[in-house]
Amino acid sequence: MNELLRQLTEATGVASDEKEIRLLIRDLIEPHVDEWRVDTMGNLLAVKRGTGERSLRVLVDAHMDEVGLMITDVDSDGTLRFTPVGGISDRTLLGKVVQINARGGKKITGVIGARPIHFLSAGERSKIVSVDDMRIDIGAGKKEEATGKVSVGDLATFVTGYQELGQIAMGKAFDNRAGCAALITLLQREPYPFDLHAAFTVQEEVGLRGARVAAYGIKPDLALVLECTPAYDLPNERDISPNVMLGKGAAIYVMDRSTIQDPRLVRHVMRTAQENEIPFQIRQPGGGGTNTAAIQRATTGIPAATIATPARYTHTPAAMINLKDFENVVRLAEATLRNLSSELFERQTSTA
Amino acid sequence: MDVYQSLERLTEIPGPSGMEERIANAVGELWEPYVDTMSQDRVGNLFAVRRGAGEGERRRLLIAAHMDEIGLMVSRLEQYPKDSDNAAGYLRLSPVGGVDVRHLFGQQVVVHGERDLPGLVGALPPHMLPDDRQSKAYNYDELMVDVGLPLAELEELVRVGDFISFHQPLRRLLNDRVSGKSLDNRASVAAVAVALKHLSGRRHDWDIIAVATTQEETRLLGAFTSAFSQQPDAALAVDVTFGKGPGAKDRNVFELDDGPALGIGPNVHPGIFKKLQEAADALEMTVHTDPHARYSGTDAYGLQIAREGIPTGLVGIPLRYMHTMVETVAIPDIKRTGRLLAEFVASLDADFLEQLAARMMEE
Repeated sequence: MNELLRQLTEATGVASDEKEIRLLIRDLIEPHVDEWRVDTMGNLLAVKRGTGERSLRVLVDAHMDEVGLMITDVDSDGTLRFTPVGGISDRTLLGKVVQINARGGKKITGVIGARPIHFLSAGERSKIVSVDDMRIDIGAGKKEEATGKVSVGDLATFVTGYQELGQIAMGKAFDNRAGCAALITLLQREPYPFDLHAAFTVQEEVGLRGARVAAYGIKPDLALVLECTPAYDLPNERDISPNVMLGKGAAIYVMDRSTIQDPRLVRHVMRTAQENEIPFQIRQPGGGGTNTAAIQRATTGIPAATIATPARYTHTPAAMINLKDFENVVRLAEATLRNLSSELFERQTSTA
Repeated sequence: MDVYQSLERLTEIPGPSGMEERIANAVGELWEPYVDTMSQDRVGNLFAVRRGAGEGERRRLLIAAHMDEIGLMVSRLEQYPKDSDNAAGYLRLSPVGGVDVRHLFGQQVVVHGERDLPGLVGALPPHMLPDDRQSKAYNYDELMVDVGLPLAELEELVRVGDFISFHQPLRRLLNDRVSGKSLDNRASVAAVAVALKHLSGRRHDWDIIAVATTQEETRLLGAFTSAFSQQPDAALAVDVTFGKGPGAKDRNVFELDDGPALGIGPNVHPGIFKKLQEAADALEMTVHTDPHARYSGTDAYGLQIAREGIPTGLVGIPLRYMHTMVETVAIPDIKRTGRLLAEFVASLDADFLEQLAARMMEE
């Protein structure tokens, strides 16, 4: 079993409440980095000193936050109203177990039930229940009991144990603990020809907010973003982008709704994959967005590219990745970094 | 016997209707210490008999708690992409029992193929669905179980007709409440264990045949067959009933942790109902009346009309979110139900049946 992925996915870290995952990652990287600090947003920023061969300042980003729920009110019967933090579809929530990170560090288990099927009309059975009509049940008998344990504003995550079946791993929050696991692995390897700045960033799921300040704080020459990208490789009639498939290798971003990835860097990543015979796939251009969009626009502009592990059913309680894809992301990211040079970014001025 | 631990074990073991072998073994382990003999019949019903202390030919009470649970079945194997030798494999589904399809997306499951395979219930995201489906809840045309294997490997391990059960460990909530899958009806299986344990320290004249019935969630198979084979003089069905909570604040739903609900209506003999009420009074236990104007939706329906008819009662444990993977009960209600069953049994004497018969002719 991949112990790193198990630990990282089972930890909690809803956008703006990343303390638990941050402490876990801090403990995992501390022996392998020269410095680390936490900025005012909560980004965990570490430096792994290089051999000094090349004078490049390189940022590798992986957001550590995940989607979740925020408690918005407590009803008179002691059940809790809530709203999604990040993109969670209403279709996803019924019949799920959640864990509330209550203030003071206590964890409260709750469940999201619904009106029993026995009481539903035929029309109701095919209707999507709105999140406004759902409640989290923590077992409280009345309002005072619940308000003593949980506060409005507390954040909750899904509770899903990590499982493996051969090369397949299932669990919550592969988006983006797969990226975190890849970055942690990169930090454990031999020093790079330059100083490697690692940023485990916050609040990606609510607008790429952590990466923006991390990029400003580090001011790198270029950045590599390690992500987890949704795979829609299921039987379907409208086969539309963006798509990648599980088991077909590391996914390389070219363009999404919010970014055109730096073409020089993208070419470099692809060439590296080919030269090292690392399986890769190009993520079909289309919707979505990664921290690349925020990093690219920070300071005077930072060339950035994204490599991702494909996952089915992201932003649900239980997603799925192929561990070989994850390993290929690590291989490709490492080879990409070791091959980096500043010539890559020199403008070719036309001589014609 | 610790009720929480028993429930933890009973709910982690799969037992969709028609696949009760494993859960039957677990129920057997739980009941065995408190009974004289155990046996199983051809349709999977598990019987546990406690002999009574009565003289001569003893009367016999059947106490039925179904052990099956709702689940899924593989209806078809599919692949993506269509024209690939190395395509990913997917399983299409049929419900077993009254599954609420709105809860399925994002659930963890176990596919009971050649061996147990962990899987997820997935579907395409809404933007990839046909236009007329984008604002509807997912249905069985859209949902599939994904174990992450290529079709070629999947075909070796899984066949159409294989069972799928839900994977959801039992969770503790506040106030001694627990939540998980299949508490309908493992909560009652545990209550029967509580009753048998009480009775092992108490005199009772009647023989007790506890039965964990099969296929209640589909066609009440176990209720019809066990009442026929055992020929009891009276019977009780123990099942869950609707708990009051989010989405269920209707009439005839019951607060959790406020005592069991006694079924009344066509499936229930009024004399058994009265005797249960008296047992509750003797224990100074609050019980509620759960009216079923027609079909009770429980084993009581099948038990009552076996052979020449069997006087039958119904005891319900209030449960929230019935037929979901987060069914929720209060452990004290399970203990109360066990106590009530034991008190009822201990109060049965040799004349009880005659009293029942006389009651039918009362002016």
